[in-house]
Amino acid sequence: MKFQLKIWRQANASVAGKMVDYTIDGVNPDMSFLEMIDVLNEELIRKNDTPVAFDHDCREGICGMCSMYINGRAHGPQKATTTCQLMMRHFTDGETIYVEPFRAKAFPIIKDLVVDRSSFDRIQDVGGFVSVNTGQVKDANNLPVEKEKADMAMDAASCIGCGACVAACKNASAMLFVSAKVSQYALLPQGQPERKIRVQKMVAQMDAEGFGGCTNTGACEAECPKEISISNIARMNREYFSAGLLQD
Amino acid sequence: MNWFIKAFTSTLGRKLVMSLTGLFLIAFLLVHAAGNLQLFHNDEGMSFNMYTVFMTGNPIIKTISYLLYATFVVHFLQSVIITIQNRKSRPQGYVKNVANANSKWSSRNMGILGTVILVFLVTHMVNFWAQYHWSEIPKKTYYTITFDGDEIHTAMKDTVQNIYTREQSMQMQNPTYENKVTDIKVHRVKDLYKTVEIAFKDEWLVILYLFGMLALSFHLLHGFQSAWQTLGVNHRKYVPIIKTVGWLYSTIIPALFAAMPLYFYFK
Repeated sequence: MKFQLKIWRQANASVAGKMVDYTIDGVNPDMSFLEMIDVLNEELIRKNDTPVAFDHDCREGICGMCSMYINGRAHGPQKATTTCQLMMRHFTDGETIYVEPFRAKAFPIIKDLVVDRSSFDRIQDVGGFVSVNTGQVKDANNLPVEKEKADMAMDAASCIGCGACVAACKNASAMLFVSAKVSQYALLPQGQPERKIRVQKMVAQMDAEGFGGCTNTGACEAECPKEISISNIARMNREYFSAGLLQD
Repeated sequence: MNWFIKAFTSTLGRKLVMSLTGLFLIAFLLVHAAGNLQLFHNDEGMSFNMYTVFMTGNPIIKTISYLLYATFVVHFLQSVIITIQNRKSRPQGYVKNVANANSKWSSRNMGILGTVILVFLVTHMVNFWAQYHWSEIPKKTYYTITFDGDEIHTAMKDTVQNIYTREQSMQMQNPTYENKVTDIKVHRVKDLYKTVEIAFKDEWLVILYLFGMLALSFHLLHGFQSAWQTLGVNHRKYVPIIKTVGWLYSTIIPALFAAMPLYFYFK
């Protein structure tokens, strides 16, 4: 397969970037998008050019490291798919493909397609955990959890923190991410002692990082590779206001 | 107190304010549409003009109307603040962005739709509200006759006179006859109906109104369900109900309003 690529090139955060055209030929349809960029980079290195910097790690769709805004969509056009799992057969031969970094004030560009997503880490640091060691696995019926709640908590916990929600949102809002993290603990018994303080701290940190507000467009849910539901955002709203209003 | 300020200036708090003010404005639309159905009565504007007197005179309604103006201002100002904040969170936009693939047009353009509604609203207030309150508009007389215990409302002076003289002549012929007309009330009220009638003969105004209602429809299409989501009402039991009611609301209410200028234009 042959493609015309338009890739965002930017040497670092302090210089302006621009779209640069590349042509790539002989692409195997069963290559992932990242492997296609690998091939392009090898070609660039051979030509003594600077390879395109991009984030990647597990290449199995679970680490949340790969990003890229491909053809106007976070992680490309395939539903519930990370960029590493996006195969070239999903594109048509000869197509022009736009590749850009995730864009948000809270995700500053480091180089080319690599953005700094440590704002997510800082949100996690203020409350996205259970402070005490939960110890060994307990006897199955020692701590009862309703199946429905366990399932919802698991769905929320499947968030890989990739930032596609922020990238796709017209307001660069991080609410889907934060709400997934808040929900996963709010639904489980282990999360209860810090339930109120957690949501307040995480929302405050989210705002401090410069993410936008949610306008309920639903773009985040549609683009999330792990299909996190916006019902988590509704839960976060409930948690946040009940935490403040009903605090002891 | 500190918590309140912090909470209501957070991104979540600002959303909540938009949602609550939005829902109040949505409730107002229903009352406004229902009340203005009086325009369709073919009674020389009597129902409508008497309704206007009630709406502008009643102290409770007056209080609510001030609350309504305040709500609108808060909804507007809050939206400006939110829009500025949201714009700042993405200083550099995408070269290629296919937003249609993941969200509805109306949900992404609430600001533009709101601005159209604002322009419409200013025109609307100048046309009718300001006319009614601040300028001399011609008055019209209506009568309420209490006949045999029943109240009859009419705009026809002749009808009142006919009934009254007939009763008087009956009384002349038969002194024991009891005059059935026990009371006649004369109402001299501002003829806002006439103002409406004249205003909607202007095709440009009619077009603006229709455009305004189209914008309102799309604004409600997103706003109605969005308000509930923000309040945290997202549940598999309620979401289908909210979506259906929201869809009906955002079609029927603007359609009723749009019917008003069309009715007078073609009348």
